[in-house]
Amino acid sequence: MNQKISKVMQETKPKKPILKNALRAFLVGGLICLFGQVLIFLFQKGFNFSKEEASNITVGLLVLIACLLTGFGVYDRIGQFAGAGTIVPITGFANSMASSALESKSEGIIVGIIMNMFKLAGSVIVVGVLSAYILGLIRYLWGLIV
Amino acid sequence: MKKVGRQSVIFDNVYVKSRAVYVGPKEYAGPLGKYFDGYFQDLYCDSKTWEKAEMNLYKCALEKAIEKAGLVETEVDYIIGGDLNNQIIIGSYVARNYNIPMLGVFSACATSMQGIILGGMIVDGGFGKNCLCMTSSHNATAEKQFRYPTEYGGKKPETATLTVTASGAILLTSEPTSIQITRATVGKVFDPEYDDPLDLGRAMAPSAYLTIKQHFQDFDTTMDEYDLIITGDLSYYGREMLISMFKDDGIDISKKHYDCGLLIYDRESQDVHAGGSGCACCAAVTYSYLLKLLEEGRYNKILVVATGALHNPIISAQNETIPGISHAVVFERRK
Repeated sequence: MNQKISKVMQETKPKKPILKNALRAFLVGGLICLFGQVLIFLFQKGFNFSKEEASNITVGLLVLIACLLTGFGVYDRIGQFAGAGTIVPITGFANSMASSALESKSEGIIVGIIMNMFKLAGSVIVVGVLSAYILGLIRYLWGLIV
Repeated sequence: MKKVGRQSVIFDNVYVKSRAVYVGPKEYAGPLGKYFDGYFQDLYCDSKTWEKAEMNLYKCALEKAIEKAGLVETEVDYIIGGDLNNQIIIGSYVARNYNIPMLGVFSACATSMQGIILGGMIVDGGFGKNCLCMTSSHNATAEKQFRYPTEYGGKKPETATLTVTASGAILLTSEPTSIQITRATVGKVFDPEYDDPLDLGRAMAPSAYLTIKQHFQDFDTTMDEYDLIITGDLSYYGREMLISMFKDDGIDISKKHYDCGLLIYDRESQDVHAGGSGCACCAAVTYSYLLKLLEEGRYNKILVVATGALHNPIISAQNETIPGISHAVVFERRK
């Protein structure tokens, strides 16, 4: 009986549209990056910011836009279309924090928002810090050898 | 002896006295909108939080069912209720406002039929005359508990289902009415060794298959005896799998089989991925639409199989699989 069920389960397994998803992610993710690049360019040329200053302001602006879109209930719809395209850029990080904060608002400021804001984004920070540490270590050791 | 075969029971005197269903906006906008007793225009259902919104739905359905039955609170002997929230808080918190004894139950999205089976046993056993079986689910409370925050932009696969926002109430009684509950089959927990929480329809399909097969075996019957075979929330991919499993046995159920998750929404226009799911999916469609068709004489005998995926994010994270459970109940028209 179990064998029969797992056989049917295998046979009827829906295929994931990997190529379609990857294309959409590439397109939307690329567009977000292009938009960011245009902003950096504008801040540099139009307001005479240095390259570093211009990218800081751009990142802030992208985060603000992503948070607003999350609050208005639009970001999840774009995310459903774009998949990784909207999760991987910094806008995805902003969305994960804003959506967690919104969701836990009903449990109050401390137990709700403060405690849950990093529920999803926390993993990105942990992995980011850890991989930066490891890569930094490799670079340091490499420097000693060469 | 009212027990038949390994897993089934026969009821002699269990009837449906009244039923009520309240839904959210998306369910109202769906193809069955006009069959529901009431609806709310947004997911907050006149409340401040998602959980309280679900409680409000529950309360509306509960009161409406009692009102439609022409009873007062004290004439209802028991509430048997369950929902998807941790510690089944929705039903318990609503019940604190009523002078009715409460039994809380849970078998995920198979809770509706579990309630009816237990209620039927109480009524048929003479332990009470009127038994109110309740269930509810809410899209946002389910997302919050089982998945991600509602506004999180993660992509959901096509196999994902949308939790129905609704509450359904059905009042069972021993006095004859036009709808009788005659048979039931209690499901076993079956683990298909599948672990995708975004493909629950397929995780539950094997348990539905086993319960239906057991039902036929216990009553020594075939699907020809029933006008319809209804499953709770297998939705598109789960239904495909159920049909394939029966096809393997040489039985074609596709013409008689309908799934509540596919009936409640219009998959083409409502952006619901594979269809609807949740405790209230089976309850809302069965109590409002299917029993109405039964009452009108379009059908005489239907088999309703509520399907539950016993999914819990904590145990899933511990690399566990998702077992399923399905309970079946037979509704018959009485002239």
